[in-house]
Order: sequence, then structure tokens, then C-alpha cells
Amino acid sequence: MAGIPHDHYEPRTAGEKWLARRLPIVGLLYDTLMIPTPKNLNWMWIWGIVLTFCLALQIVTGIVLAMHYTPQVNMAFASIEHIMRNVNGGHMIRYLHMNGASLFFFAVYLHIFRGLYYGSYKSPREVTWIIGMLIYVLMMATAFMGYVLPWGQMSFWGATVITGLFGAIPGIGDALQTWLLGGPAVDNATLNRFFSLHYLLPFVIAGLVMVHIWAFHTTGNNNPTGVEVRRASKQEAERDTVPFWPYFVIKDLFALAVILAVFFAIVGFMPNYLGHPDNYIPANPLVTPAHIVPEWYFLPFYAILRAFTGDVWVVQLVQFLSFGIIDAKFFGVLAMFGAIVVMALAPWLDTSSVRSGRYRPMFKWWFALLVVDFIVLMWVGAMPAEGIYTWISLIASTYWFAYFLVILPLLGVIEKPLPQPATIEEDFNAHHAAPAGRSGSPAAQPAE
Amino acid sequence: MFRTLTAGAALALMLAGGGAFAATEAGQTQDVAFSFEGPFGRYDRLQLQRGLQVYTEVCSGCHGLEHVPLRSLSEPGGPALPEDQVRAYAEQFDIFDPALDDTRPRTPNDHFPQSMLENAPDLSLMAKARAGFHGPYGTGLSQLFNGIGGPEHLYSILVGYTGEEKEEAGTVFYENTAFSTGWIAMPPPLADGLVEYADGHANDMHSLAEDVSAFLMWAAEPQMMARKQAGLTAVVFLSVLAVLLYLTNKRIWANVKGDKTRRPA
Repeated sequence: MAGIPHDHYEPRTAGEKWLARRLPIVGLLYDTLMIPTPKNLNWMWIWGIVLTFCLALQIVTGIVLAMHYTPQVNMAFASIEHIMRNVNGGHMIRYLHMNGASLFFFAVYLHIFRGLYYGSYKSPREVTWIIGMLIYVLMMATAFMGYVLPWGQMSFWGATVITGLFGAIPGIGDALQTWLLGGPAVDNATLNRFFSLHYLLPFVIAGLVMVHIWAFHTTGNNNPTGVEVRRASKQEAERDTVPFWPYFVIKDLFALAVILAVFFAIVGFMPNYLGHPDNYIPANPLVTPAHIVPEWYFLPFYAILRAFTGDVWVVQLVQFLSFGIIDAKFFGVLAMFGAIVVMALAPWLDTSSVRSGRYRPMFKWWFALLVVDFIVLMWVGAMPAEGIYTWISLIASTYWFAYFLVILPLLGVIEKPLPQPATIEEDFNAHHAAPAGRSGSPAAQPAE
Repeated sequence: MFRTLTAGAALALMLAGGGAFAATEAGQTQDVAFSFEGPFGRYDRLQLQRGLQVYTEVCSGCHGLEHVPLRSLSEPGGPALPEDQVRAYAEQFDIFDPALDDTRPRTPNDHFPQSMLENAPDLSLMAKARAGFHGPYGTGLSQLFNGIGGPEHLYSILVGYTGEEKEEAGTVFYENTAFSTGWIAMPPPLADGLVEYADGHANDMHSLAEDVSAFLMWAAEPQMMARKQAGLTAVVFLSVLAVLLYLTNKRIWANVKGDKTRRPA
């Protein structure tokens, strides 16, 4: 499967040969597990395993929760309390599912920023990147619909606000919103379809995850140097790589155990810390909460949505040029979705031929600023949209777009990259004493 | 670089978790050193029993606990009353039974009654639903380090009356330093010595407020002790597993990294 030369599975016993002729599944699993992996991967390459674990955790806990949950407006809230009080271990399963969503997004953000820093999105890994972005969008849709299911105040009003975004689309907006909700407002029909889709989408994500893995197993992993594995011969490839099993499986499992220890401390000792207390009040269409705030993982994009008000000259200009079709509300919606689209287009916006940020002296600082920007957006998204906060969110939103649309294309032209190591082996040996004997070549060996 | 970024992201997550509530800053919430705070905190069984008495004699006049099954009063990790006492307690409340087409006394399998007054909110989840959860200034630090949360807010409401009253559109409001708007429709419910405890425990207003707030926390989170137990077991198990995996990882990589002292023979 992989382009990197390596040993393939050979069926030995009669039974293995019999199966391999009919279904080469053992060979597929062997090649997947033994894939040559750059041996210099650092600790930022562990999030894939964490994310896989999160998906499995959410599906398993979710299936159990669905056995006890009732998607009906008069019973949903009480059925959650039934799970919390009467179902054996139900409180743990629900808190794992609630906080599992937070761990999922925490890991996915680090995974995405890892890719942005080390240039994992660049050729030939654009398809991996695009599929990853699709997974991320589906994750957001799934998490949003899952948050509606407990039918608390934030569930109801969050659903009202977010589906209202579709109502901002000119012309078809109202019809589209009614179609999405199954009625004029968030009600039983909405709850039922959200439950159905919340159950369905994780399996779509699981399918896309397989394609995601397939794609990067075809190109090979990126690595902290961004230098490709040598592929001229198996011997050369083996100097740059180690098999995924056991080297990275054990390393990733170690990281997962550490992360889960923290995760279980949060679930066990402060399970509601990341949630909103208002969601323990049953949904009431007649009482609007003072402040409708999404979950923390949506805050950066929520801030971008709110940043572009009618006072901003760009918004006014666009409204004028589009003959009023794109008003401030629709502009905000476009900006929010656009923020993800520009990120997805990074492979084509980044003009630098150097992959890893390690060898890009100017890029490094712009990237660090992007991370700060993301954190600022997250914070300002939780603040009321008034006073100084509107300015902060406008500046931070502008930088988000500037990074992808201006800085990435320009840097490739004006930046003078640092020298890169010729091979992964060279980079690895520079960090670790060269192994004596078996794997041969000392660090100083020149690249061919 | 990524090490700092990861730490920064974790910090941001913490602040954002708190930040989400900056806007819903309530009045002044006082800290109370409840027995159930922290990873090893446990409910005080006798305090929950006293709190149940305060709830029954005072709060239940208007409020309800519709999500709380009466039998949970006898379950471990709560007031843990003997089952016959719970049965006797349940019988004082009637419930309409559609099968009989008549009212009958409640049994432990029924829930607590709902609120008597339309405007009195149900208290089942009040200790988890109330703002003041994430102070000060939305940083979430009080909750993280002092354990200030819902029960502290309930306590502060119960003892936060200043004695001032005002009438607006036919409704009397009472000034309360802990309530978000400063004026609450609920008249001051507690007073010194209002409830007489059988065991002679202190029954000044602050003690009563503390006891009933602890009881309401239990009502909102009856499985808290089981949850903390499970969390602790998981953390200990995962820590041991992490150490073993760390050593395994070190040994596996020794060959590749050329660390002679650790290479397996």
C-alpha cells in the first residue's frame, strides 16, 4: 500500500494461504500495522491515536446512552436525569460522553495546528488534509446536535441561534431553516432529527477516518523535518524509518495513558467544569437565557461570526457592492464558514517549498501569532459582544484570514528558509547518539 | 515550541471553560467549606439527614424535587436512611395514580412531589444549574481551587437577605446580596431556630442554610461519591499503566536510539 519499500506479509501455513487467496485481510492488517514510519516523529504525532480513541469512546458510550435516552421534548430532560440516577454506572457513562467531546476537540485542535506548523498539508498530502477538514466539520455538526439532546436551556437556545444562521442566507434562508428544523421553530421534530443524525454522523466520521489513514499511508507520514523518507531501496528506507508496531504503537499508548489519567481526573472530580450550568435547567421557549454561549470548542468560530457587525466598513462595502444581498448577518455566517474554508485551502495558499516550520524563520513567528490568535478568539467568543470585545474579536478575526490569505502566500516568496537536513536519519542521529553496530551508518554520513 | 503551545492550549481551555460564564456573574457568593469538596470529599450523612429535615419542613412548602426518586434516600452515598423510615417518609405525600384513578400515598419507588407553587422552581438540579459556578470574573479559579460552586451559591442566597423589601407590579421583592439582580421574589425562608434537630445540632440560620445546601447538592448529584471513587481508581490505574508503558517504550527504542545501557540483550 505504502510507497515506501518494505517487507510485505507472506502467508506461510496452508490455512493462511487458503484465506489469502480468498480475502487478503491479514496482509492488509499487517501492512497497515507494520507501515514504515519516520523514526524522528516527536510528541505532536500522538494525537491521531488519541483521536481514534475518542471516536471509539464516543461511539461506545453514545450507544449505551441511546439505549436509555428518550428523544421527545417532554421526556428528554427527565430521561437524562434517569440515566444520571437510575441506570447502573449511567452517571459515569454520561460524564465520559460529555467530557469525551471536549477531549476530542482538544486533541483535534492540537492535531490541526501540528499539521499547520510542520506543513503536513503540503503536496503530496493535500487529500489527507482535505479529508481531515471534512472530518472536523462533521465533528462540529455532531457535537452541536449532541449538545441539543439533553434539552436544557443552552441546548434549546443554542439550537435556535445556530439554525438561525441558515435563515440568514438570502432568498432560500427561511425555507432552508424551516426544512432543517422540521417546523417553524426548534421543537420535537428538530430534537428527533438531531438525535437520528447524531447517531449517524459518527459512523460517517469513522469511514472518513479510514480514508484519512489510507491517504497518509499512501504518501507516508510527514515528520518534524518535512524531509521525505528515502525510497530508492528498502535498505535506505529502513535507515529513515521504523515499523509502526511496536515502536509508535507503544509510544502512542504511553501518551494516551497520560492524557487519559488527566481526562479521568476531570470526569471523576469536576465533570461539569467545561459545561454550562444553564443546561441543567429544562428547555423553556419562553425564557431566553441572559447570555447564549456555545461550548468552548466552538468559541473561536462563534467569535468570528459575531465580529463582523454592520459597523465594519468591509461589511458595509460588501453590502453596497452586492446590492444589499449580503447583509451584516449573512456576512458573519460567510465569515464563520469561510474561516474553515481558508484553513482547508492552506495547501494551495502556502507558496513555500519548505514543509516544516522548523526551517522557516519568519513563518515560525506568524504561526505562533496564529496560535495566540486562536486562543484570543476562544476567549473573546465567551465574552459579551460589547465595548472593547467587539474590537478584539474584529482584529483577531482579521488576523485569522490574513494569515491564510496574505501571509502564507507572501512568506513563500520573501522568506529565506534555513538549511534542511538531507535525510531523516541525519536529523534523528543529531538528536540521539548513533547506534553502534546493527543499523550502521554514523550521523556524519553524507546524503546521497 | 509545541511543548509551550500545548501548555498554552491547556491553559486557554481552562480559561475558556471559565470564560464561558463571565457574562453570567451572579451576586456575591460566599465560600463554605463543605465536606464534599475536592477529589476525596464525601457527603456528611448526618448533614444530609438534617438538610432533608430542613427541606421537608421549609422548602417543600413551595418547591419540589421532581427528578429525585424517594428510594434514593436509603441508598449509600446519600442520607442513607433505613428503608422503613423512607417508606414512612414517602407515605406523607399523596400522588395521583392513573391505574387506580385515585390518589394514593407515595412509595419509595415514586419521586419527590413537584413544586407546589407555579413560580417556585424545582430544586432537583438547582445546585448544578445556578450561576456563580465559575467566579471570580469568569476565570473558574474559585471552583478549581476553593471548590466554590452551586451549593455555595444556594447558601449565599439563603443567608443573603438584607431585610429591605420593595413592591413592583403587585409582587414583593426582597433585597438579596447573592441574587443576580439583587432583588428576589422568594421571601426569607430561614431564621435562627426555625427547625429543631432531634440530635440537638446547632440550628442557627447559617447552620440550617449549610445543611439544606448540602442536601440539595446531594439531590442534584446523588452519585458523586461513586463518581469520585471511579475517577480515583481510573487515575491510579492509568498512572501505573503509563509508568509501565514508559518503561516499555524506553526499552523498545533503546536499540534505535543507540542507548547501550538500556539495550535488551
